[in-house]
Amino acid sequence: MTNSTDGEIVHFDNVGLRYGTDREVLSDVSFTLFPGSFYFLTGASGAGKTSLLKLLYLAQRPSRGMIRMFGTDAITLPRERLPTLRRRLGVVFQEFRLVPHLSAFDNVALPLRVAGVAEKDLVKPVADMLEWVRLGERMHALPAQLSGGEQQRVAIARAVIGRPEMLIADEPTGNVDPDMAIKLLRLFEALNRMGTTVVVATHDVHLLKKVPESLIMRLDKGRLSDPTGALRYPPRPHGGFGSRG
Amino acid sequence: MAALDRGAKVMAFSLSSLTTSLRTLSRGTGPDLMPQGRLAGPMPWVIAIMVALTVIAAAAGLALSNTASNASDALSGGATVQVVEANPAERDRQAKEAARVLQATPGVIDVRIVSQQEVEKLIEPWLGVRTGEDGIPVPALVDVRLRDGVDGEKLGQLRRQVRQVAPAARVDAQSTWLKPVFSAIDSLQWLALALVALLGFALAAAVLLAVRTALGTNRETIEIVHLLGGTDSQIARIFQRTIGFDAAGGGAVGLGLGLVVVLLLGQRFEGLGAGLVDSGALDWIDWVLLALVPIAGVALAMVTARLTVIRALRKML
Repeated sequence: MTNSTDGEIVHFDNVGLRYGTDREVLSDVSFTLFPGSFYFLTGASGAGKTSLLKLLYLAQRPSRGMIRMFGTDAITLPRERLPTLRRRLGVVFQEFRLVPHLSAFDNVALPLRVAGVAEKDLVKPVADMLEWVRLGERMHALPAQLSGGEQQRVAIARAVIGRPEMLIADEPTGNVDPDMAIKLLRLFEALNRMGTTVVVATHDVHLLKKVPESLIMRLDKGRLSDPTGALRYPPRPHGGFGSRG
Repeated sequence: MAALDRGAKVMAFSLSSLTTSLRTLSRGTGPDLMPQGRLAGPMPWVIAIMVALTVIAAAAGLALSNTASNASDALSGGATVQVVEANPAERDRQAKEAARVLQATPGVIDVRIVSQQEVEKLIEPWLGVRTGEDGIPVPALVDVRLRDGVDGEKLGQLRRQVRQVAPAARVDAQSTWLKPVFSAIDSLQWLALALVALLGFALAAAVLLAVRTALGTNRETIEIVHLLGGTDSQIARIFQRTIGFDAAGGGAVGLGLGLVVVLLLGQRFEGLGAGLVDSGALDWIDWVLLALVPIAGVALAMVTARLTVIRALRKML
């Protein structure tokens, strides 16, 4: 299946996820994300936020249910075609996951190189992006030579450098100072205004108030809190659904 | 000893520099996604040793093939008539009669009575210098060349004709004498071929192990590249390229080592001055084939690396 349904970007239907024979870490998760929306994914530690994000950035297949991304059935999609979908995503991992032997510059350039961008065309955008996250002077440093906050900024720069259609960030402000946190949120908002769907997982309730237009998805013990069914059956984009931050 | 140690260090440095230079030349300005040192390790040396051994085994096989081919060409159209007669006058008479009959036989292109001096020279290494008529009587020999080779039917026909005029004559195909030698050469050729094949398997196995280790070591990086949209082919290409340069560097050194050994062995065998051994000299086409060994090694290593990586990546999402 490759046709987009009603312009939705992601659709989860009764998705469940279990690791091995353990109990399900996600149960009956159903929601629809529309292009150009800004979502916060909240929940207590262990609620399943990272597991849900893994399904979103296609690092994991669910144990049951149906997932459609960019109009494509992500469950039955042959793995050879996964890279095409993944290139439309930008991901900020919770543990940054920078390539340890590559410099900050090369880590940020990685998605562009993977996408086949010529070397001469990637130098300026990467340098500008690193300048923007205030790492212009540290672009040749290896991840091990960077502080936690600097590594996180490199991870964010890497996630947004390719102008993804959907940005998925797992606790992106966890290791940065409040000023930088605000700046990063402004970056996410700017990308969102340009049409990028943003999904930010966070347990920081103060952060939710910083983006008033955001929509909030709450996970509780692996279940998506959706008392009104608004996440499952949302009205058309920008018509407002879910709980406001 | 110190000089040897120094030499080994220089060689190790040279091989490492060679593979590093090759990689740098190929990758242009982009970085290596995998830390090269982890994949390379002793791999270039393993490949160098494999290629050197393969070159030596292949050279031996080719030399044996040349020996067999040259000897076979020389002997295929030849037959020898021996007149085994104690009386020298009667022996000479029967040899001359046999030569006369053979010259008139259709299909015979050359008949030559081997002179007594030649025969004595041939047997001198075994029986020593013979003087006059006192020595052990030796048969008279007639060398016969036929246009279309010697088969059983032709040999029978020659025998019947010769026996009519020379009852003491024995006619044999020259190739018959060397049948056991050809058989041994054949076995040695198969052995050389089997060695080349085994070395190929060993090379592939070494590459497979190195790539599996590198895959394990770089698993995190591979996962990241995957999640950023990297394809299996892109990741496989990185390994393929790295192993390709290791193989190219190692192959060049291995070829050099192998050729030095082959040339030294060639000189030693040349010193023997034995006709059969001399006929095994390598032609230019053989040298070209030997030069192809490292190229085949590089191709084998790269294909093995690619298949190993692709197969391993299929187990990941």
